[in-house]
Amino acid sequence: MNGAEQNMTASAIRVTDLTVAYGEKTVLWDIDIDIPKGTMVGIIGPNGAGKTTLIKSIQGLVPRVAGVISIYGKPYEKQRKEVSYVPQRGSVDWDFPTSVVDTVKMGSYGDLGWIRRPGRKEHERALGALEKVGMLEFAQRQISQLSGGQQQRVFLARALVQSASVYLLDEPFQGVDATTEKAIVRILKELVAGGKTVLAVHHDLNTVSEYYERVVIMNVGLVDSGKVNEVFNSENLIKAYGGKASFFPERKSVARAV
Amino acid sequence: MLEFATELFSDYTARTIISGAASLGIVSGVVGSYAVLRKQSLVGDVMSHAALPGIVLAFIAMGVKEQIPIFVGAVLSAILAVFLINLVTANSRIKTDSAMGMALSVFFGLGLVLLTYAQKMPDANQAGLDKFLFGQAEALVEKDVLIIAIVGLASLLTVALFWKEFKLLCFDPDFGGTMGFSMKTLDLLVTAVIVSAIVIGLQTVGVVLMSSMLIAPAVAARQWTGNMGSMVILAAFIATVSGVTGVALSAGLENVPTGPAVIVCVSLIAFFSVLFSPNGFFTLRFKDARSRREIKKDYVLKALHDLALEHDDPGYAHSRRLIALGSGKRFNVERSLLKLQEAGYVENMGQDNWRLTASGIREAAKLSPHEKSE
Repeated sequence: MNGAEQNMTASAIRVTDLTVAYGEKTVLWDIDIDIPKGTMVGIIGPNGAGKTTLIKSIQGLVPRVAGVISIYGKPYEKQRKEVSYVPQRGSVDWDFPTSVVDTVKMGSYGDLGWIRRPGRKEHERALGALEKVGMLEFAQRQISQLSGGQQQRVFLARALVQSASVYLLDEPFQGVDATTEKAIVRILKELVAGGKTVLAVHHDLNTVSEYYERVVIMNVGLVDSGKVNEVFNSENLIKAYGGKASFFPERKSVARAV
Repeated sequence: MLEFATELFSDYTARTIISGAASLGIVSGVVGSYAVLRKQSLVGDVMSHAALPGIVLAFIAMGVKEQIPIFVGAVLSAILAVFLINLVTANSRIKTDSAMGMALSVFFGLGLVLLTYAQKMPDANQAGLDKFLFGQAEALVEKDVLIIAIVGLASLLTVALFWKEFKLLCFDPDFGGTMGFSMKTLDLLVTAVIVSAIVIGLQTVGVVLMSSMLIAPAVAARQWTGNMGSMVILAAFIATVSGVTGVALSAGLENVPTGPAVIVCVSLIAFFSVLFSPNGFFTLRFKDARSRREIKKDYVLKALHDLALEHDDPGYAHSRRLIALGSGKRFNVERSLLKLQEAGYVENMGQDNWRLTASGIREAAKLSPHEKSE
């Protein structure tokens, strides 16, 4: 194995020169990120920083002006099956007439391909994923009857059914209860311990150091990315959030030391 | 009426018309569910209205009222309308709803102008062209029904084949896209299926009301079920019943066009469903009132219990006025007391004095802390 190949296997997601624009507005500007395999990475930045767009453009959901996305060294289009996606909870209509288990089963549609219907095996897989997120007893429930936290667990279960090795999550902790947040973090950490890679859009700066090993700090352009203890500092946060930054990691650690 | 109905079903022409209406019902119920689930109800309305200029132009071009060219004309002008809407919204600050409103009125207006012009043409063939406005099922002949059946079958087959993909498209298109399904292709397929349903309904229901034939059955069905499969089947059933009933009504009553008759039937079902289904308006009100009564009963039970405890005797009797004061809420406690008496929790000791029974004491003890029952 030569050096270049080694490098390829070490990186799960590599984003090079990514630029995205909606109309005249530049949403992402020349982003370069390298997400090593088997790490848990948070994406932070102010509202409108393009965090969701980044997650979406990695998966080709929004057209890019420029840039290359590779998953384990190969273009995303060839690696779809390696990536599972947990969209923002609010992006779908939870009044849709379907049950919890049928929603989770959607995660298996990719493996099934066109036309083939899910069967016994897919049902079992969906139930297994529901058990993992602690929602097995809700399998036959209407999704309209779920609380915010339960909705998020269902979405996570659907992603688990995809049995991929790279997980992209868009604000998985948005509006969920504390128990759900802990449960989701635990599952994600288990995934990472098993060699999977997790990339999540994150809002709460207070929990960044607790949840993630690495962090991507951005605001349209990339501010910095790397290990939390190296790049998650007030200098970078002020760069990303401007004068409005109200969280200073250093002060917090001082407070802790006292 | 009954006699008329038997006559209708035994007659060959009537059978043709009825089977046409039934096939149309099945297709529009199924296909309409997708329009509703994708929140595109208005698109159906725009497309059906926008079909009119195409219909009339096809007639003017061909000089005869021939089925196939009219279908083609209808499809082309409906699609042109949707295309223009997309073009306008993508390239201006005009929002989708305004663009749709404009497209609908412009196309429909143009259609009416062309229709007036066509009717003044010296040819006698244009007779009945105006029936496309409100539909006239009596004009259906075997060939029309055959076309309805073929186009309908193709639509149903498409839905059956791409059931899981369409579900993804309706519920979470982004997620579907990440799994490699082309949402653009699926969107086109669904649109094609909706346009087909509209086109085969033009002669029976007419351009003005066809969208209701798509939307109302699906809306009605959604009220009764939380399962997409059941919803689609129920919508097909509702649309079929309405279609057949409407056709019979319009044939039985002189000079009533089929479209309005069908739509009155389907709207009645939709209206009833919205009011009385398990999650309907009245059902929810009823459940609300019942739970309020339960809470009041609990208040009274608790008040009796608390009062009695002050006497160190859980079975101590109190007057109704004292109980009302003790329950701390302003409502008539008599009804609650009577209900509790029925349940065997309290007994009337005479002169409007009430006390808890043994089972009432047990029940009241369960209510502390009271907040739990709210």
